[in-house]
Amino acid sequence: MSQRVYIPCDMAAVAVGADQVASAITLAAHGLGRDIEIVRNGSRGAFELETLVEVDTPQGRIGYGPVDPSDVAGLVAAGLLDGAEHRLRLGSPDALPFFRRQTRLTFARAGLIDPLSLADYRAHGGLAGIEAATTLTPTQVVDLIKQSGLRGRGGAGFPTGLKWDTVAKAAAPQKYVVCNADEGDSGTFADRLLMEADPFTLIEGMAICGYAVGASLGFIYVRSEYPFAIRMLNRALEIARSGGLLGASVAGTRFAFDIEVRVGAGAYVCGEETALLESLEGKRGQVRAKPPLPAHKGLFGQPTVINNVLSLAAAPYILANGADAYRDFGVGRSRGTMPIQLAGDIANGGLFETPFGVTLGDLVDDIGGGTLSGRAVRAVQVGGPLGAYFPRELFDTPFDYEAFTERGGLIGHGGVVVFNDRVDMARQARFAMEFCAIESCGKCTPCRIGSTRGVETLDRIIAGQDRAANLAVLEDLCETMKFGSLCALGGFTPYPVMSALTHFPEDFGAQASIKAAE
Amino acid sequence: MRDEEIATLQAILADQAARPGALLPILHQVQHAFGFIPKDAVPQIALALNLTRAEVHGVVTFYADFRQTPPARKVIKLCRAEACQARDSDATAARLEQGLGVTLGAASADGSLALEPIYCLGLCASGPAALVNETPVARLTGERLERLIAEALA
Ligand SMILES: Cc1cc2nc3c(=O)[nH]c(=O)nc-3n(C[C@H](O)[C@H](O)[C@H](O)COP(=O)(O)O)c2cc1C
Ligand code: SF4
Repeated sequence: MSQRVYIPCDMAAVAVGADQVASAITLAAHGLGRDIEIVRNGSRGAFELETLVEVDTPQGRIGYGPVDPSDVAGLVAAGLLDGAEHRLRLGSPDALPFFRRQTRLTFARAGLIDPLSLADYRAHGGLAGIEAATTLTPTQVVDLIKQSGLRGRGGAGFPTGLKWDTVAKAAAPQKYVVCNADEGDSGTFADRLLMEADPFTLIEGMAICGYAVGASLGFIYVRSEYPFAIRMLNRALEIARSGGLLGASVAGTRFAFDIEVRVGAGAYVCGEETALLESLEGKRGQVRAKPPLPAHKGLFGQPTVINNVLSLAAAPYILANGADAYRDFGVGRSRGTMPIQLAGDIANGGLFETPFGVTLGDLVDDIGGGTLSGRAVRAVQVGGPLGAYFPRELFDTPFDYEAFTERGGLIGHGGVVVFNDRVDMARQARFAMEFCAIESCGKCTPCRIGSTRGVETLDRIIAGQDRAANLAVLEDLCETMKFGSLCALGGFTPYPVMSALTHFPEDFGAQASIKAAE
Repeated sequence: MRDEEIATLQAILADQAARPGALLPILHQVQHAFGFIPKDAVPQIALALNLTRAEVHGVVTFYADFRQTPPARKVIKLCRAEACQARDSDATAARLEQGLGVTLGAASADGSLALEPIYCLGLCASGPAALVNETPVARLTGERLERLIAEALA
């Protein structure tokens, strides 16, 4: 039997040379007359270790990383294929602290299996969720999701079971399941990682949702910036159809369900659920006023569940293991696990799935290992471009929806971006306004005009013109945007802006005035 | 548009027009085939979908991905979002502008090379990151950055 060598096909691995590593290893093994089979697995999610090469040995999988294409000749000569010693040898990846400390429920299979092998998927616990679901009534499935305490992982944290319940109870000839894979927040990549490493989990989750709410068709709206995920999903859908996970008879039952991939076109606002639906319908991605809720009148006017990738991908675990098994993790009203994404200037960046409750400080200093650059951590932005900047003084904040809200922030999609002491927070505030101006859908004035005014005002503050007056204008603008915007793009842009100003007034030349006003 | 271009467009329309919400998939395919959305394609797309030209035009201009002019032969899309900023993508941007002789958001005079901003590629723990045409590249500092510049100019 040939020996298995695992080399990720994940976009982040390919971006640092994984394809070249794969061809170099193939060539070198051939030169040694060794019979190997290269498995292009997904990434396990420790991106600093990419390209992480793993070989099957009698002692289990042994990892080497980060492997540069130029390392391969030396590695193979040193005995890579036998798991031999080398400066890049990591031992068993499972034993590395970054992985050992995680609780992987949704990402249990990511990086372990061949993403396109349904046999691998089943051997690692896949399909148990849909099989369990189809032995229950749809109402029982909805109840399980409710009992699990699962909340939306796309940003707003709305209870997933409640959303499914509304759609299940709506009477309509056609209902839809829409997966929001627009993942536009900088510092987030969990959706991408899952779609590339374990696409069947998402497909299974959508099938469970379709069964629960009575929908026969699903769409996955993926951003165009994710070409690898798009390719992987399309191939996985084919395999899921021929393997009986999708189609006229899902998992051997009379339930019919199919899924189509649709590709976005570079508009951040299309991650907002109603803009996404407009886009799916072939229109400009403009936000719709609510009500009606998508659950009542969604895609093409029909009742529609719209959920983030991670919300849907949590369903198979819950169905297979029970609501309690999920709900027993977490704190307060934040139940289960959160796939947190450590990004920016951080030594151990990547995907860290853990029960809610871990503190920001533990994530950044301990698990993340501080900055990659070796400089001091100054600020951390949590929750994407609409999330607040946190200073070190707030590092005791536990990762929990309510705890972050209490501190003027949000966990959003779980992105944590670390900035070192060279960051200029006035420039970050300016960027937040600029990003809002670039991405505004244009429907409401506070967002469309306010953000441009915000950029101009910050330019004046940065240039040192009449700072006190301009800071007052900025705060005013933020108030107007916060309360006068239709959606969270305009409504939440004040979070990064005001948090930067509140916690780092010295960067705005405003230390005395602001701190005193508090 | 030349005859064979019209044939290509009509084939896309015949294949796609009946799909619900067909406009975005059609625009993606048109751009894939032509490199951009030719002005003359808009009325034909509108006709096939029973939309007005203004509606199609409105969609084309709303989305950053859709170009109305041919792209440069090599397009480097550099991530300008926060996670890459935190990894000093400003320095990478400056070095790219200087090394390639183009400004961010513009193409070189001969149209061979363009440097464009993009907002997040999901490579946020490996930045600075970019897409070179369709190929992702990351950790764009030092030697890796210099290699990218040399290859782009080659
Ligand atoms: C500007 C903006 C961008 C958003 N982007 C995303 C996104 O990329 N992915 C996502 O799942 N939700 C995004 N959301 C949240 C969605 O509107 C919606 O809450 C979510 O898709 C619901 O799914 P969930 O309940 O599973 O989280 C965004 C919201 C706004 C206002
Ligand atoms: S807040 Fe901005 S993005 Fe949201 S609906 Fe208004 S204009 Fe559009």
